[in-house]
Amino acid sequence: MIIFMVILMGILMVCAIAVTATKSLLNSVLVFMGFSIVMSIIWILFESPDLAITEAAVGAGVTTVLFLATLKRIKAIDLEENLIIEENDQSEIPSWAVAENNEKVEGGASDEL
Amino acid sequence: MSFKSWINGEEDLLLNNLKTTRREDDHVKPLLTDEEKKSENSKVLNKIYNVEDNRRLKRFDKTYRVVAIVFCVLLAAAMLFTISYLPKVGDPDTPANSSVVSERYIESGLQETGATNIVTGMILTYRAFDTFGETNVLFIATVCVMVLLMLDEKILEKLDKTSDRIYEPDYDPILTLAAKVLCPIILLFGIYIVLNGQLSPGGGFSGGAILGAAMILYNAAMGFGKTQRFFNENIYKVAKITALCMYGLIGTYFYITGANGIDNMIPLGTVGAILSGGIILPIDIAVGIEVACTMYAFYALFRRGGL
Repeated sequence: MIIFMVILMGILMVCAIAVTATKSLLNSVLVFMGFSIVMSIIWILFESPDLAITEAAVGAGVTTVLFLATLKRIKAIDLEENLIIEENDQSEIPSWAVAENNEKVEGGASDEL
Repeated sequence: MSFKSWINGEEDLLLNNLKTTRREDDHVKPLLTDEEKKSENSKVLNKIYNVEDNRRLKRFDKTYRVVAIVFCVLLAAAMLFTISYLPKVGDPDTPANSSVVSERYIESGLQETGATNIVTGMILTYRAFDTFGETNVLFIATVCVMVLLMLDEKILEKLDKTSDRIYEPDYDPILTLAAKVLCPIILLFGIYIVLNGQLSPGGGFSGGAILGAAMILYNAAMGFGKTQRFFNENIYKVAKITALCMYGLIGTYFYITGANGIDNMIPLGTVGAILSGGIILPIDIAVGIEVACTMYAFYALFRRGGL
């Protein structure tokens, strides 16, 4: 049991470092979900099933969903950005050229040079 | 009278009395002329190809990383050093094991609360006042999120056409099928945990979180149209306020009788049956509804700006 515990703690540390080290926000949210699941197993081993249930439901479930909703809201998920560009048929024009021609620049890079 | 009409939404007191001026920060910058653009471009190029500056930045980056790692290691070492002074698990001399309070909880908790799950029994009877505060915190948190993110219905109708959900597929077969299979099971499990809180691990908070997660899954698979058939804004308001008031009423009765040493009228029931534990079961249901509504409201407000 102690070996299992040590392995779980090791996974926990790896997850915690990976959350900060990954460059993609989506990946770090998913790794954080894994952190919560491992944490809930550790709670069971510490004989506190109440906390384990709450950790699995809130940490792995609801928090991840809220993070993903926020990422989607601030358009930090790459997949969706590509979709929008395809739909407008502007994939060949580089972004700086588009920003320069339009009158209204919405917080683009050329606005703050 | 004007206050009453303001409450009813008939007149706006600030409408004609308040002067509004545009702040300087809000002004949109005028577009640059060609000369300004050239000078800006040359500035940027100078900054990019400035070798000295780049070297300085690189040095700063390296030192920043080294300092950050050293700081983290020192912090971890300090924490581990403190942990080594903590008492061992099950040490009889520590205050947590030798105090009268925990002894009382363990020895007479079963007779006084009627709950075999001593954690829930302790949280919802001896410490019912603390839990009432936590439930209020959840209520206030949703109210704050609603103040920040809730949109008018007229704006919502417009936004529904241009929202972020426009690029999602209408019918995702994997998600929909998984939700159809999983949602009833998760809902049943959540209700079981809420109702069985006094007998098995769980209780209002855990069960409510599971119920909220099931509703979020249903919403993600089926969309807001289908969810609003059984859970819309009116039902949300009624459920949430009723749950909080129910907890408040039962709790107040329990505090008054308990503080004055009066026997309360709520029967404890036989230990081990579902209808046992006195006030634990109704408070569990109230907290479960409160938490489930909170979870779902957070998701819906983040996603759409309305319930």
